Amino acid sequence: MILRNIDDKFNKKAAGKDIHSESYLQTVWRRFKRHHLATVSLVVLVIVVGAALLAPIIAPYDPTEIAGPFAQPPSKEFWLGTDLIGRDMVSRLLYATRISLLVGVMATLISAVIGVILGLIAGYFGGVADMIIMRFTDMVMSFPYILLVLVAASIFKPGLWNIILILGFVDWPGIARLVRGNVLNLRETNFVKGNIVAGMPLRHILFSEILPNTVAPILVYATSVLALSILDEAALSFLGQGVQPPTASLGNMLNGAQSLTVLTSQPWLWIPPGLLIVIIVMAINFIGDALRDALDPNGGR
Amino acid sequence: MSKYILKRILIAIPVLIGITIIDYAIMCLAGSPLEMLQGPRVSQAAVEAKKIALGLDQPIYVQYFVWLGQLLHGNLGYSMKSYQSVSSMIGSHLGPTLLLMGVSLLVSLLFAIPAGIYSAIHQYSKGDYAVVTVSFLGSSVPGFFLSMLLVYLFTIRLGWLPSSGMTTLGTEGGAADVAKHMVMPVIVLAFSMAGSNIRYIRSAVLEILQQDYLRTARAKGIGHFRVINKHALRNALVPIITVIGMEIPVLFGGAVIIEQVFSWPGLGLMTMSAISNRDYPVIMGVCLLSAIVVLVANLVTDILYALADPTIQLD
Repeated sequence: MILRNIDDKFNKKAAGKDIHSESYLQTVWRRFKRHHLATVSLVVLVIVVGAALLAPIIAPYDPTEIAGPFAQPPSKEFWLGTDLIGRDMVSRLLYATRISLLVGVMATLISAVIGVILGLIAGYFGGVADMIIMRFTDMVMSFPYILLVLVAASIFKPGLWNIILILGFVDWPGIARLVRGNVLNLRETNFVKGNIVAGMPLRHILFSEILPNTVAPILVYATSVLALSILDEAALSFLGQGVQPPTASLGNMLNGAQSLTVLTSQPWLWIPPGLLIVIIVMAINFIGDALRDALDPNGGR
Repeated sequence: MSKYILKRILIAIPVLIGITIIDYAIMCLAGSPLEMLQGPRVSQAAVEAKKIALGLDQPIYVQYFVWLGQLLHGNLGYSMKSYQSVSSMIGSHLGPTLLLMGVSLLVSLLFAIPAGIYSAIHQYSKGDYAVVTVSFLGSSVPGFFLSMLLVYLFTIRLGWLPSSGMTTLGTEGGAADVAKHMVMPVIVLAFSMAGSNIRYIRSAVLEILQQDYLRTARAKGIGHFRVINKHALRNALVPIITVIGMEIPVLFGGAVIIEQVFSWPGLGLMTMSAISNRDYPVIMGVCLLSAIVVLVANLVTDILYALADPTIQLD
């Protein structure tokens, strides 16, 4: 198996360069580049994120102002046409991508912080704390995810920051389990035991010894949380329970397409935002997949 | 073995109690049913009387135990909108949802199992890359967007398939009619599930292919076909059980959105209309039911897992 995995290209490269002088990040990057789809995805994602960040500069019109006649098909003036009240679709898409990415990144950050803290406590201290945290994790995981989010969205009024908080507070159980499992393994290693014997402060052991050694799997898992959060925001906003108009998000731009006229005769209003979601989520998933291989210390490929 | 099963059930009980507490807490957070009564025509005295009648003057933990007692008798409360009992509402909507979920799960496995195994056996071939790419597409496409594309293609452009409901209005229905209405929702649900299933089965089979017992089987020279079919696939049964267990919560969630898009008259559609009406007894009834189903599904998966794989440590 191992012999099969070492392809010619790898041999040539390894022969040309001194592999021992390579830093960890260089190794990861070299392995990452071998996943061609992920390399393409990275380029695509950089372009999309760049365009979203630069939206205020590059957007041709104000996304909330009426810029021209309503429901115009794509033309030279409006590249992707105008929506039902005459707002420019390109500008709205740029701003919507910004919002959708913001929701995804913030929700992922919140759930990662909660998951890491709970996972560290459960894994390191064990005993009663572990039991309570893991049973609570089981409980939260038992509720179907989208149902919990929908209920929360109906109790706390839908809106940008509420959606971010709700997604963040529902997404953490997976990360908590992952971190706990890693901490359980790491606690048995000699370098952590050595630290305990040496009487190092707890904060140092947890955050400077254990956490850095579990960052790679968290990062890989976080990419899938990011992809899921973007999909969930889109689904919620599509159902009218997420980001509320006039703020555009990729999901609520599709909300209007539930009407038959839009679906039938104005495809420029719903195909671009939908495709953009697919492209962003797929790029993130491919990058996550390549990262998993690249960060795996035993990954020969 | 029976000791292991007993242990798993004992762990599940506190989780189940916790689920009821969370469920009840969310329902309390959502607001009291008295708010529904308030209005210019309702006197304060009438509200007070109703409060005592509903037991809302009691401390919160007493209310929880009263609610739990009702729950054990199968009483999930009453809808604020239609005044029907929640359990009978769930009962009448459960059938279509189970039909949709069952067929979707079956279809997704029917594609995912052969695709995942093919992909693992032909690792790094063109076919493997194609299968993996399609599986990534499956888990990246929002269900509602795929639904819209399908409706646009099959209903609006081609006029082949109906886009909403379970039977054609004004007709008797019948199996063929229902099947026709099911095609698109099943495609959407099965495609998104197959995405993660393929990758899971692929990596599980890859792991099996690297085991020592397969090397032994190959070394015996019994032929590629028999190595795969007799030794590898039987062991692939374990990850397939896990996949089914994992998909149950995903199915419940996916059904909510897909039923809404295709107006499929199941639990999801009922839940969505309860959410837009803020009909909390109905919402929390569905939440509780699905959480219990997920819990039981996980329990059954763990037990089946232990039965299928004799090497799993039971303690």
